[in-house]
Amino acid sequence: MFAFLIRRIIQAALVMLVVASIAFLMFRFLGDPISNLLPEDATVQDRAEMREKMGLNDPVLVQYGRFIVDAAQGDFGQSYRNNRPVSDLLAERFPATAELVLVAASLALALGIPLGIYTALNPRGWLSQGLQVVSLLGISVPTFVTGILLILVFSVTLGWLPSFGRGTVVDLGWWTTGFLTTSGLKALILPAIMLALFQMTLIMRLVRAEMLEVLRADYIKFAKARGIPNRMLHFKYALKNTLIPVMTIFGLQLGGLIAFAIITETVFQWPGMGFLFIQAVNFTDVPVMAAYLVLVSFIFVVINTLVDLLYNVADPRLRAERTPARGV
Amino acid sequence: MSLLELDNIVVEFPTRRGPLEAVKGLSLDLDEGEILGLVGESGAGKSITGAAITGLIEPPGLIRSGEVRLRGARIDNLPPEKMRRIRGKEIGAIFQDPLTSLNPVYTVGEQLIDTMRVHLGFDHKAARQRAIDWLAEVGIPAPEARLDQYPHQFSGGMRQRVVIALALCAEPKLIIADEPTTALDVSVQAQILALLKRLCRENGTAVVLVTHDMGVIAETADRVAVMYAGRLVEIGDVKQVIEEPLHPYTRGLMASIPQIGNRDRRLTQIEGAMPGLRNPAPGCAFAPRCPRAMEHCHSLRPAPQDAGTGQVACHLYGETA
Ligand SMILES: Nc1ncnc2c1ncn2[C@@H]1O[C@H](COP(=O)(O)OP(=O)(O)O)[C@@H](O)[C@H]1O
Ligand code: SF4
Ligand SMILES: [Mg+2]
Repeated sequence: MFAFLIRRIIQAALVMLVVASIAFLMFRFLGDPISNLLPEDATVQDRAEMREKMGLNDPVLVQYGRFIVDAAQGDFGQSYRNNRPVSDLLAERFPATAELVLVAASLALALGIPLGIYTALNPRGWLSQGLQVVSLLGISVPTFVTGILLILVFSVTLGWLPSFGRGTVVDLGWWTTGFLTTSGLKALILPAIMLALFQMTLIMRLVRAEMLEVLRADYIKFAKARGIPNRMLHFKYALKNTLIPVMTIFGLQLGGLIAFAIITETVFQWPGMGFLFIQAVNFTDVPVMAAYLVLVSFIFVVINTLVDLLYNVADPRLRAERTPARGV
Repeated sequence: MSLLELDNIVVEFPTRRGPLEAVKGLSLDLDEGEILGLVGESGAGKSITGAAITGLIEPPGLIRSGEVRLRGARIDNLPPEKMRRIRGKEIGAIFQDPLTSLNPVYTVGEQLIDTMRVHLGFDHKAARQRAIDWLAEVGIPAPEARLDQYPHQFSGGMRQRVVIALALCAEPKLIIADEPTTALDVSVQAQILALLKRLCRENGTAVVLVTHDMGVIAETADRVAVMYAGRLVEIGDVKQVIEEPLHPYTRGLMASIPQIGNRDRRLTQIEGAMPGLRNPAPGCAFAPRCPRAMEHCHSLRPAPQDAGTGQVACHLYGETA
């Protein structure tokens, strides 16, 4: 287990190094930092001084090393657009994205798992077949379309829920939360649904397929032949076998949820990191883009590593074997 | 009264090309504590017969007609919940593959404890103690430590021992063992069968032992039933069926057993193939392969009739001879 942990951490570090290299290349090839930072009437002299001050005259490898060291400490320099430290900007925006993703993920799990179980246990019921069709729609309709439809129905037509922003947030010093006010909670609903919908249908279909497979397994047949009651058969014997692979895939999807949040945040002008990233792209604000890339990749890598570890804990077959199989 | 009676059961699978009769009217009796060998080549309907007894025929398959009786009471038409209480408690089952019969994410102890608590009303502590006893009973060393281990920590033979413990732990009076050792290493097979036989003899448990292995039958069974294309063609005491088989098909089976001492005692196939179940010919199903077939064998189906220590379905015997 320890060796496994070390191996996974080294892998994760390598992935992060590659990502950081891509971010570094963005600095070199996207836009010109000097003209972004200096007023338009800056002299050649000013520009040369600025280049020297920023270390742009140093050898590439030195610049690269400096970038990696800074990035590892969370320092991505100043935003070109509003001259504030990039890390401050991201820290401000992080809670909005985190709360959105958290609510969407919970929603996706809380609905997707029971619906998947239901459709697996009643495969021929009309409700199951209806859900299968709806879930196919959920997977194939682009998320921005569902977002716009949600706004059209619940904001424009019915006027029940806001179509943009986070509502009133409470500042806890290190975190701003929308969970504590009515307007904050109301503002969360539509974006969370939009973001959750795809994941929910995915989880539902995954649970259904996995559970149908498990219900055909020999160990379920044998348990049935021992007169194990249906409730125990389905919700104990079959469910755990179903959920272990589902949780793994969901964990890997969680990173995707953060990435997909870019679209949701843009549609709902949600003041999170994704919205910040889109704005940065419009201004070729390279430090913000690079920092977002590195941060999201970091979250991805951390989640994947944790999921791998959890999978090893949950599945006894993968746990370090203390007692090897013995002969007859 | 017999423990188990199958009375002319017909098992049918509706298919797109019309119904398929996997078992075509099969009757047999089983006494308390008796071990009945059920043999026949692959596809003869042995497993489906076992499933008819345990009520586990997979839908849309169904028992079209006939009755299954346990101690004289019909069990083939019970509501699902009543039948569930019989499974494990009255009728146990052991399947072929010990590697896949155990739930991989629960310890063997938990699976034993669940089974006993469901049927015997034990509390957790009592069930746990019984589970340890059962592991010891089926010959697993250090049962107390082994109880909390997962199936993948056991070897194939050890897993089949656990499977036997699971099938017997609620003390059923009848076990359907469907090729319980086929998936195992040859060196382990005999031990597992000896164990099953000993435990069933000690507890007075009757067994329907489905197997391809005539050597196993010779060592284990009291009586033998031979199936061919969904029907019983011969049934009788083990000594008679093995040494003086009546039905030409059974003779073919016995002739194909290699001599004792040969490790591979599986049936080698008799020339030709079993006919499809879908459009049965009117006469004896074995006629196309039978060395002694007569003209009326192809048009008239032989009915089972008393012969030797049991029954045989063949025109060579009885009044149609
Ligand atoms: N689920 C099913 N659907 C349709 N036909 C089946 C099904 N299960 C079994 N059968 C038919 O029943 C016949 C007997 O099967 P089985 O009892 O498994 O044979 P065996 O004697 O080898 O155990 C097979 O040849 C097959 O055609
Ligand atoms: S009935 Fe005729 S064909 Fe069938 S086994 Fe007997 S002799 Fe052979
Ligand atoms: Mg079979």
